[in-house]
Amino acid sequence: MSKENTITIDNKQFAFKAGETILEVAQRNNIFIPTLCHLKGTTPTGECRVCVVEVKGARELVPSCAAPAVSGMFVRSESPEVIKERKNIIQLMLASGNHNCAIRKFEPEDWTSFHLKVLKEDSYNELCPVWGDCKLQDLAYRYQVTTKSLPVSSSNYPMETVNPFIIRDFSRCILCGRCVQACREIQVNNAIDFGYRGAKAKIVAGADVALKNSDCVFCGECVQVCPVGALIPKETFKNKKRFDKTESVRTTCSYCGVGCQMDLTVQNNKIVQINGAKEAEPNHGSLCVKGRYGYDFVASSERLTTPLIKKNGKLEEASWDEALGLVANRFTEIKTKHGSDLMGVLTSARVTNEDNYVAQKFTRAVLKTNNIDHCARL
Amino acid sequence: MTNTIADIETADVILVTGSNTTENHPVLSTFIKRAALKGKTVIVIDPRKIKLTEHSQKWLRPNPGTDIAWINGLMNVIVKDNLHDKEFIKNRTEGFEALQETVKQYTPAYVEEITGIPANDIVETARLFAKAEKASICYCMGITQHTCGTDNVKSLANLSMLCGHLGKAGSGLNPLRGQNNVQGACDMGGLPNVFTAYQKVDDPTAIRKYETAWNISGLSNKPGLAVTEMIHKAEKGEFKSLYIIGENPLVSDPDLNHAEKGFRNLEFLVVQDIFLTETAKLADVVLPSFCFAEKDGTFSNTERRVQRVRKAVEAPGFTREDWKITCEIATRMGTKMHYNSSEEIFEEIRKVTPSYAGITWKRIENGGIHWPCPTVDHPGTPILHTTQFTRGNGLFHAIDHQPPAEVTDAQYPLVLTTGRVLYHYHTGSMTMKSDGLNEMAPECFVEISPNDATKLDISDGEMVDVFSRRGKIKAKLSVSTKAVDGTVFIPFHFAKAAANRLTNAKIDPVAKIPEFKVCAITIQKAA
Repeated sequence: MSKENTITIDNKQFAFKAGETILEVAQRNNIFIPTLCHLKGTTPTGECRVCVVEVKGARELVPSCAAPAVSGMFVRSESPEVIKERKNIIQLMLASGNHNCAIRKFEPEDWTSFHLKVLKEDSYNELCPVWGDCKLQDLAYRYQVTTKSLPVSSSNYPMETVNPFIIRDFSRCILCGRCVQACREIQVNNAIDFGYRGAKAKIVAGADVALKNSDCVFCGECVQVCPVGALIPKETFKNKKRFDKTESVRTTCSYCGVGCQMDLTVQNNKIVQINGAKEAEPNHGSLCVKGRYGYDFVASSERLTTPLIKKNGKLEEASWDEALGLVANRFTEIKTKHGSDLMGVLTSARVTNEDNYVAQKFTRAVLKTNNIDHCARL
Repeated sequence: MTNTIADIETADVILVTGSNTTENHPVLSTFIKRAALKGKTVIVIDPRKIKLTEHSQKWLRPNPGTDIAWINGLMNVIVKDNLHDKEFIKNRTEGFEALQETVKQYTPAYVEEITGIPANDIVETARLFAKAEKASICYCMGITQHTCGTDNVKSLANLSMLCGHLGKAGSGLNPLRGQNNVQGACDMGGLPNVFTAYQKVDDPTAIRKYETAWNISGLSNKPGLAVTEMIHKAEKGEFKSLYIIGENPLVSDPDLNHAEKGFRNLEFLVVQDIFLTETAKLADVVLPSFCFAEKDGTFSNTERRVQRVRKAVEAPGFTREDWKITCEIATRMGTKMHYNSSEEIFEEIRKVTPSYAGITWKRIENGGIHWPCPTVDHPGTPILHTTQFTRGNGLFHAIDHQPPAEVTDAQYPLVLTTGRVLYHYHTGSMTMKSDGLNEMAPECFVEISPNDATKLDISDGEMVDVFSRRGKIKAKLSVSTKAVDGTVFIPFHFAKAAANRLTNAKIDPVAKIPEFKVCAITIQKAA
């Protein structure tokens, strides 16, 4: 391997392509470097600095997400210096807001009545709703950061709950800016940005208005990329039971023709959350408001659950045997009396290929007509 | 689409017309918006000031129903400036001379007269499009839902071919499909004139193939009726029964007052759906079925990618899967249809559908494949027409501008155009079950320009009656700079104020698509 296009990370040489960052080379070679603000496909901001590494010859630690790999570079991904700095960063983040995820100290005797209550009552609202699904919490455990000596600080700003989809809990925001990157560079909706300065810093929508009064279209990209509990889907945390088993099912969205791949989180036979499937074509994790939040219809109480037959002008519940028998008899009668070409089938742009194939086969092979169509034009 | 969704972002120029992409294909619109962010040129040609115009370098605002004219206008400039791709035209196309002759009269000044687009904008846009190394066209129902819809599409194809912007990455002619499986429903032969993969029903070879595959005789070789024609015949008592699967034509069909009569006139109506839709309420028998989250199967998206649908939850009550219900009816009518699984159906589809023959559920387990995919070792076809078109050479169609079926007059002085909003989907049977989506888009509205509102002396938020020759609805006026003077937009989602009571059922003679994008209306303060 020539020295021209290689860097050394933790004493191993790796080739890199022009323009690749240290982080990208490391990730490609399965070397762990923690990240919080980094968002694939967007301009690196270096906002959180948790991805710092030691580069031989550099005076300070270097944020690996923003530093391009340079030939001959020697990188240490987790030196004592690096670990110390990361611990510092994580501790400051934990201290900056309401991060009560039971990692204030690890010894059991330090457990507070708060933690015991959380364990006992799943629905205890005070606990961070993304407990167990939080990047900051994961890093705090990895680097054994305790915050016992630090007070839990409250936020300057109240929680925003006035829109139907997204809860904005500023007390848990670490100002990493991933949501801003997602909104501006992935979805390009330009609805949110950093606002105010210093201790007053806040992610603002428009001129600091509620999301629903801004350019926000509730695609939820920001929620999906938020590494902590600052942005959370309203419905999910109303319905999801923290400690019940969930399953994830990859499927295709049933709204428009883009065919976004999405992961349904299912709990107790109910969809409790939908996320865009990362790394999957064609949407690479993105969804829209309908795909992400418009799933209430699946478990709607208005779903039809039994066949209905019109009797005396009113639709009444019937058995499958009765309903199917009636349909088959009437179709046969009409076919005999009026002929096949006075009968038709409307199949659907909403059902599967397999359903459609069977519908056209039925029309052509059983009814013996080509009167089949669907609402492609409507 | 000739090309893929990801491919759009790689074009140098993206021309979007008749597509309110950010509301109707929000995720696809991110590819266009990102391209603009990276400095690529986005051109929007649309009467409405849609959100995408904020990301576009050029926005042309044609009068509704004048698409052929502006497309011919662009081609006029391109030929005059000698910017057409002579090599592509020579090697890949035929009929150029006739096209050249027709577009001659569409000078920018003449086009301005018809379309209202300033002549200079026609010239600049033509040059931008033709000079681009890679240029992609994205279009949607704003192009197709006209009585000249087929000619509109052919005109866009002319434009792409003229500049050689076809058959390569970053180019292409891309219709955006509006429903999850509209591509698949067409591929599967859910159309009156074709079996699967567009094999014609009046082709004796195709008929023999299907009779053998299905082990049956007596398939009809007579092309069937389109939905609009069935309803029209039913109104006259010349159509007797309909079996409707997962559709709600009583909100989505044009000229609903007439359509409703058609449905009521049927001797027997069966509706298979997940909700008691407006259409199901009229049915003699309603059959409850599964929704997407309860099914295993496949959908084919707008870029021809065949993707898996997977069961996530158990279906409620006594519902049954769509194909199982259809098979049971067939069997009870004396023709046994039986499959053990959805995958078994897909295996049969592969046998009779050349473009799907190489796709298996196993192959698409971790990601879809673009048809055509003729064999199991074929990688699929992300970009169409790379070496030749389906018919061999691409055929230019010399087409003249033709006015919409209904134009404005003193009695009905405004143009109505219909469409969707971000927060709802088609007839709303799914999205209107969501409190959140309903909160964001609670009701129908009539979007009108500030000038027109002033003329009518009606203010934002007031209730208005909207009349056409076919019907009347009542809805709230929404005064918006999105609307162009003289044209009103109403979303068709809302059954309570169904825009389709107003629309014209006149159809394109080839595609049989109704003219939803232009009809004449009048508005007054609600009585």
